[in-house]
Amino acid sequence: MHIDWSGLGQVLGVSLVLGVGVVTLFSAGLAFADRGNKVVPALSFTACVAVVLYGIYLVAVH
Amino acid sequence: MEILVVVVVVTALVFDFTNGFHDTANAMATSIATGALPPRVAVAVSAVLNLVGAFLSIEVARTISSGLVDETRIGPAVVFGGLVGAVVWNLATWLLGLPSSSSHALFGGLIGATWVAAGSDAVRFGAVVEKVVVPAIASPLIAGLVAALATFAAYRLTRGAKTAQRGFRYGQIASASLVSLAHGTNDAQKTMGIITLTLITAGTLPAGAAPPLWVILSAGTAIALGTWLGGWRIIQTMGRKITDVESPQGFAAETGAAAVILTSSQLGFALSTTHVCAGGVVGSGIGKRLADVRWTVAGRMVLAWLLTLPAAAVVGALAGRTASAGTAGVLAVAAVGLLVAVGCWVLSRRNPVGAHNVNA
Repeated sequence: MHIDWSGLGQVLGVSLVLGVGVVTLFSAGLAFADRGNKVVPALSFTACVAVVLYGIYLVAVH
Repeated sequence: MEILVVVVVVTALVFDFTNGFHDTANAMATSIATGALPPRVAVAVSAVLNLVGAFLSIEVARTISSGLVDETRIGPAVVFGGLVGAVVWNLATWLLGLPSSSSHALFGGLIGATWVAAGSDAVRFGAVVEKVVVPAIASPLIAGLVAALATFAAYRLTRGAKTAQRGFRYGQIASASLVSLAHGTNDAQKTMGIITLTLITAGTLPAGAAPPLWVILSAGTAIALGTWLGGWRIIQTMGRKITDVESPQGFAAETGAAAVILTSSQLGFALSTTHVCAGGVVGSGIGKRLADVRWTVAGRMVLAWLLTLPAAAVVGALAGRTASAGTAGVLAVAAVGLLVAVGCWVLSRRNPVGAHNVNA
């Protein structure tokens, strides 16, 4: 029996950064949009779209 | 022999179908609960993405059981028994509205059927702990933590922002779609693998053959049809009963789940979509307010997770044993399976849950 602790740790680390990161970016975009700002939301939503496209790419090649 | 192969293929597709409607909730429950998508539209989107997902991946499941049992020692009768165990458990948990892992049901059914047919030494218990038990404990915890932190951040950052709710609903559509796509890729592949390997054992396909187009088409269609039917009872549990999901929570839960699913499959550390998504929903309740999670519902769900593998194993063992007795045994198992399916459906009509009352 072998438990892949480092694999588990990696999954935890990477998904924490990606999951919390995307939600933070998106939320910040929404907050700035609510105040009438256009630049920050555009940047943050673009970054989110890029992460999602990368996700689709991962699904496709895996 | 020929009849048995046909029966296995059909049963595998039936399993794939139950897999679809059992798991619609994973991707779409929170989007339906927050009104990001109307119920009918949500299941249709999820169905299409599951179908696309089935065609998307070039990686093919090369094992029936992911190495949990010694596959050189199992025949079509055992695979049939395992599938019946998985289908019966999926139907029973659907009736109770409990999100449980379809993969665990399948593994349990195969383990039970193999154990009875080929002895306990044909089951690799080390692999069971490594590939089933550890991920089952880890995935809801990881997804729950990610979703809790993400929910906290989402509420904190958008405090007082009146237009944010609508924005989160759009975001939810994207993250839920990604989960559906990943689901189609993973779960439809499982059925394709089973059908292909059964055809190889029967000599219909050469060893090492890729799934023929009709296998890809039928597996993708079965899971998409199941998804489209919508497992409304489970959607209601995930979207309404565990915690009252608001759009920032739904977005955080789905994004967290998508991140965990994609990361784990990329790193070759397979986690159950159901455990991840349910963990995400619980986490999104904790992230907003601890008291917001209905722990009795969550506890019942965890109990179902613990029971999934052994319960499917018992049914799989009985079915596999009976099916091994010959054509009459196979037909008997098929008839009993059909009766159970009809019975579950009849019982479900007593308090029907559908698109009209899923958010009630």
